[in-house]
Amino acid sequence: MYDIGIIGGGVVGTAIARGLSRYKLNIALFEKEEELAFGVSKSNSGIIHPGTQNSPTSLKGKLCLAGNRLIRKISKELGVDYKEVGELIVAFNQDELAKLNKLKRQAEILGVRGLKIVSPGWLKDNEPNLNSQAIAALYAPTAGIISPYRLAYDLAESALSNGVEFYTSTKVESIIKHGKDYFEVGTNKGVYKTKFLINAAGLFSDEVANLLGINDFSIKPRKGQEFILDKKKEYLANHLIFPLPTKISKGILIIKTSDGNPMIGPTAETARDKYDLSTSDQGLAKVFDSARRLIPSIKEEDTIAYFSGLRPVAGDDFIIRHEDKVGGLITVAGIQSPGLTAAPAIAILVCNLLKKNGLSLKKKLKFTSTRKKTTNLFALKPDQAKKLIKKEIGYGDIVCRCELVSAKEIRDSIRRGGRTMDGIKFRTRAGAGRCHGGFCTTRIMKILAKDLDKPLLEITKKGPGSEIIKGIRNND
Amino acid sequence: MIKRDLVVVGAGPAGMAAAISAYKAGVRDILLLEREQFLGGVLNQCIHTGFGIEYFKEVLTGPEYAGRFIKELKNLPEINLSLRSFVIKLNCDKVLTFLKPGQMEQVKAKAIIMATGCREKTREMVHIAGSRPSGIFSAGLAQKLINIEGVLPGREVVIVGSGDIGLIMARRFTLEGAQVKAIIEIKDRTSGLLRNVIQCVKDYDLPLLFNHKIKRIYGNQRVKKVSLAKVDKNYNEIKDSEFFIDCDTVLISTGLIPENELIEMADIKIKSEDDLNKTSLPGVFVCGNSYKVYDLVDSATKDSQEAGTMAAEYIRSLNA
Repeated sequence: MYDIGIIGGGVVGTAIARGLSRYKLNIALFEKEEELAFGVSKSNSGIIHPGTQNSPTSLKGKLCLAGNRLIRKISKELGVDYKEVGELIVAFNQDELAKLNKLKRQAEILGVRGLKIVSPGWLKDNEPNLNSQAIAALYAPTAGIISPYRLAYDLAESALSNGVEFYTSTKVESIIKHGKDYFEVGTNKGVYKTKFLINAAGLFSDEVANLLGINDFSIKPRKGQEFILDKKKEYLANHLIFPLPTKISKGILIIKTSDGNPMIGPTAETARDKYDLSTSDQGLAKVFDSARRLIPSIKEEDTIAYFSGLRPVAGDDFIIRHEDKVGGLITVAGIQSPGLTAAPAIAILVCNLLKKNGLSLKKKLKFTSTRKKTTNLFALKPDQAKKLIKKEIGYGDIVCRCELVSAKEIRDSIRRGGRTMDGIKFRTRAGAGRCHGGFCTTRIMKILAKDLDKPLLEITKKGPGSEIIKGIRNND
Repeated sequence: MIKRDLVVVGAGPAGMAAAISAYKAGVRDILLLEREQFLGGVLNQCIHTGFGIEYFKEVLTGPEYAGRFIKELKNLPEINLSLRSFVIKLNCDKVLTFLKPGQMEQVKAKAIIMATGCREKTREMVHIAGSRPSGIFSAGLAQKLINIEGVLPGREVVIVGSGDIGLIMARRFTLEGAQVKAIIEIKDRTSGLLRNVIQCVKDYDLPLLFNHKIKRIYGNQRVKKVSLAKVDKNYNEIKDSEFFIDCDTVLISTGLIPENELIEMADIKIKSEDDLNKTSLPGVFVCGNSYKVYDLVDSATKDSQEAGTMAAEYIRSLNA
């Protein structure tokens, strides 16, 4: 019997798992995909929002601000790179400037610090590639960038080292509440019992809620197409650059990423279904048109990758609540932007909800808050790299030439939970560069097969059904 | 820091030819860096014939063609070989930084020849809309999977682009028992060699569709189908011409790009075509497919030999 069962291994589920792992509790996390962060989180833009774009009275606004402060500490503890690059929301006319001032006032009510309206002169000095027609921008210094999947993986690793049990490839199919005592969670891998249940199932949180008779919200996936540019363009922008937000989205942005590649997007469009991750010619045209309004020199041929993500929209605000109808069930749904920023604050809110509803939270004598920072060769200074390569031969064995990823890093990422080509890519960036795996796919497949002791035929891009190859000679 | 008269980066056909010809022109202190475990570069996976017709007046396979240079190279102990050596940086003082298992080294050269080859355009560069399942390969990756790794990437294949690698892979997949359902070319003619159209497509009766474009890729986990459409002379889609082909694999063969990131990062520019192998920095030369994409390895070899001679002359001029 577990004390807590968490459904969903995205950044929200892993943040909750890690948050709860400091208490004397038996915790299990269920994830239907083969690896964590393979749902909504994998296509997150990686922005740590300052809190400039949500109403001060909303849960989104409050948790965003709180999360923005928490992420600094957590990123240090976990050894995830967090860069506070700051953001600019740009105005092109007097009308927009008036709106900027309104945003600024609103954000100040919420408690966002350091905001200022900057002049065209400031913009010219600090953001030289920005469209010179900009008349002003709202500068928020506390905006930052982080790798969304690495944050989720490192949260999970921290939770794991503090005793949380992870069940991947485990899909929740049925849930029965037994009296006041416990839930029986039926999955494809067996039945698990838990006293409390947290629904952090992202796009599928409405379906999980339905299993327990909660029908008052539904998830409408809203698609965002994003385009990643070559690392050569790393210094295209110095800040995160936003247009003025619209009612449904923050608009199409110039995003700095923690890996160096600039990204532009996302669109905001209704998706066909919860699996529709396709991109379109229209999306491409829209994103480049809008991005060029901010930085005119952006070129389509600098694109090295593109993808779509789905935002799990459930109305205007997050839904985070204890379900009084089904005691012991906490719903964490509709976590779209600024969900990544808010995740650590959501974890605290969930702890408080559990406490309020009868869970006793006793701190463990020993909670390990830190973990050893993952080594990325590409992020090291030459003398550090030299020392490391001398010490560990495998760091000098380059597998991914575009992103400079060594065999040692790939092996480490497998040891830490990487099971698929996409999982390796998210963790190490191997295969994420300009050749898009043209040169390194075979080598990564072979390392995966060897280290997981699996035949090559079973190596997948992102889980069952996405096997890379169809046959082996003499072994068909 | 190690010092060398000449460092050649890349031991494919271009780098090998350049190193050997520099030796023949009198350079004796040569370091040849190769990132793979083997010499020969991409020729190792080109097991079809058609190499050497111009240069050797013989019909050879890729590995045979490479083998001739490898043999010659191995008889020249003055050319120092360093395998599994990956160059990460070049600077304007002609210092190269490279990694190999257990080591990070720097080498300062009097002259440098970059022979780093090319890479294939990706699905992302040509912007094919749709989903991102497994089963999408560049033609060269599929070639490596079949010819080097001995695995079959797919059974029902649609090939996008009629470049030489795409055509050769159409035949290769057919020989391996896979079905090539279509080769799609947006232009009204192939961009590959005529002999490949005959030997790889016509001889096997494969469907090569001109004036067609791929519109979209479908399938969540694995490729399920693609949609295609006819285009007019300006490559604009003809209304109501869309149709679907079921397949499990999409091969991208839409062209090659010289791989010159190291030179770019050092802010060195490659000169125009009439200034063969030259860059904006005297003493740094570029040859083979990293200089320009060649149709035939025979021509790349000849031009790369020229690069070797040029480097030798440059080193001589320094010593004079």
